[in-house]
Amino acid sequence: MSVDFAVDRQAWRHLADAQVNVELDTGDMILNLGPQHPATHGTLRLVVRLDGERVISADPVIGYMHRGYEKLTEFRTYPQVTTLINRIDWLSSFANEVPFMHGAELLMGIEAPPRAQYIRTILTELSRIATFMLFLGEMGLQVGALTPPFYGFRDREHVLNMIEAATGGRFHPNFNRIGGLKDDLPWGWVNECRNTMKVVLDACNMLEELVAENEIFEARTRSIGIIPPEVGTGYGVSGSNLRASGVDWDLRRDGKPYLVYPELDFKVWTHPDGDSFSRYWVRLQETREAARMVVQMLDRIPSGPIMAKVPRIIKVPEGEVWVETENPLGQMAYYVISKGATGPFRVKIRSASFSNVSILPWLLRGVYVPDVITVLASLYFILGDIDR
Amino acid sequence: MADDLEREQSGAAEEVSVEQQLARTDEPAAAEQARVDADEADAPPTREQAEGESRPLDDAEQELLARLERELGDGIVESADAFGMLVVRVKPDAWRRAAEVSKHELECDYLSFIAGIDWQPAPREGDEAGGDTSSPVQPTEMTFGVAGSAGRMQVFAHVESTKRHWGVTLKTDVDERDPHAESWVATYPGADWHERECWEMFGVAFDGHPSLRHLYLPSEFEGHPLRKDYPLLARIVKPWPGLVDVEGMPGEEGNGASAAAPAADAAQDAPADADKESS
Repeated sequence: MSVDFAVDRQAWRHLADAQVNVELDTGDMILNLGPQHPATHGTLRLVVRLDGERVISADPVIGYMHRGYEKLTEFRTYPQVTTLINRIDWLSSFANEVPFMHGAELLMGIEAPPRAQYIRTILTELSRIATFMLFLGEMGLQVGALTPPFYGFRDREHVLNMIEAATGGRFHPNFNRIGGLKDDLPWGWVNECRNTMKVVLDACNMLEELVAENEIFEARTRSIGIIPPEVGTGYGVSGSNLRASGVDWDLRRDGKPYLVYPELDFKVWTHPDGDSFSRYWVRLQETREAARMVVQMLDRIPSGPIMAKVPRIIKVPEGEVWVETENPLGQMAYYVISKGATGPFRVKIRSASFSNVSILPWLLRGVYVPDVITVLASLYFILGDIDR
Repeated sequence: MADDLEREQSGAAEEVSVEQQLARTDEPAAAEQARVDADEADAPPTREQAEGESRPLDDAEQELLARLERELGDGIVESADAFGMLVVRVKPDAWRRAAEVSKHELECDYLSFIAGIDWQPAPREGDEAGGDTSSPVQPTEMTFGVAGSAGRMQVFAHVESTKRHWGVTLKTDVDERDPHAESWVATYPGADWHERECWEMFGVAFDGHPSLRHLYLPSEFEGHPLRKDYPLLARIVKPWPGLVDVEGMPGEEGNGASAAAPAADAAQDAPADADKESS
């Protein structure tokens, strides 16, 4: 049924009125995204002020999962702190343990034996792969593609199996000890891990075809949510998010030497654009790079002990130490202040997602509502890493 | 006896670590550094060590310090090295200027964090700490860490350069009774959340901050949880469940008895809780 506008002038007038009324009625609308919205990845709440479909201002409300880890560390001994910091960024728990253990070792003047350092680095990179694999699949979900997350979850499982085989825990390995590791690798693990890395590289290729080369995905992510490099650094955005803005800075290469990264040959990937797509692309390349690094390390892993000689009761001498590492989500660092007791006096936990998310009020201004979701997803944060 | 054993073991550990460090490092300077590290760790932890002299600064640190001194002049109170990281303490009225200097003169474009420190010793075991006997015992006298402090409260921050690959930790003293510091938001926009966190956790107000409001905690929350005089309420409401597991090992009655004593108390206090935890 159609209206003949040429004849029915009344209909024309009616349409014109409607148009005028809409124009008159514009007012800001406040929309709550979260805390329990499927697209917010946990209990992050975004209070968004909208003008039509466009965001005028966005205010993230955090703290729904605040557990007070900085306070709790003051009531724990050094080995007990590991259990807490495992749960900061729960997708890459092993990588959280490393800087804290490294800090305690520095203060005590202990160094983990080479084999332990290698295993630590391998497991850190495996955590990185596991974390990014989930992201690479899940990012498809945010633009409406339901298939990629299943592939992402499936292939991450291979990596989690390797972590579980070595440490006994899929998510919270709690495997680091001051001066080394709890156990050596199980028999046959090295070969199995090599096979897994092939699976990972295949999965990366598949996800690249499935997601990154998809026309709709590109349309939804290219030139959206652009972080200029100078703004990113000012907000303390780190890790892949910053490298996607063209800042060539990776603590594995540029920071104080830690683990066995100085001995490895790897490329730091950057992308000049700084948009949602480049953040996806950089993580994709970093997943591949991590798999290559793991293979390198598997070839070189030395034999020997996995624990240095450590006193039975761990008392850490007085001092302060700042240890930062390149975690999957960005710069993870601890400022440990010790007063010579069995537990730390104060631990400042510098987690990556906290700063990465603090840019949201700046970043979401002027973005359309559906793009809020993709921008959030492309920043890739873990709520525990924000709230601590 | 246990102490002797511990000392022996720690001594052995350091010997091993020195050898490893020497073996792993190629440059003589790094090897020297490793030896110094080990030597310092060898000595028992003392107050003088932390407050007094520190290791010599390396080239990057000297360059950073020289640039800071050139710009801030007598705004710098003290500087020291902490495991290869420069720590500079500046006067409170030079705090904002320190941020500008860091960003423009030191090329530290990246803000890592801003946080507070409360140097007051935590309450000891017993009633003061709400009967909590499980947490590690800290020294009772107030000591200040690297680069010192004028009083109980401090604000510290870490900035880094993504181009020069160096970083510096800046500290400033904060008045205990009326804690406030200058805000860094104008220089580093990321300081916004860090300062809000520091304000709610330590009660340090930041002059010039656009909106100091609660970040993590509900808006009606009272108190400043990260101050040392704020008790960990969970430990007061309920004894630490790990405590009841402390039992003497079969072969060592002497040690076991002393370790089990507080455990027995806790078990008497809260047998129901203990059962719940173990089930």
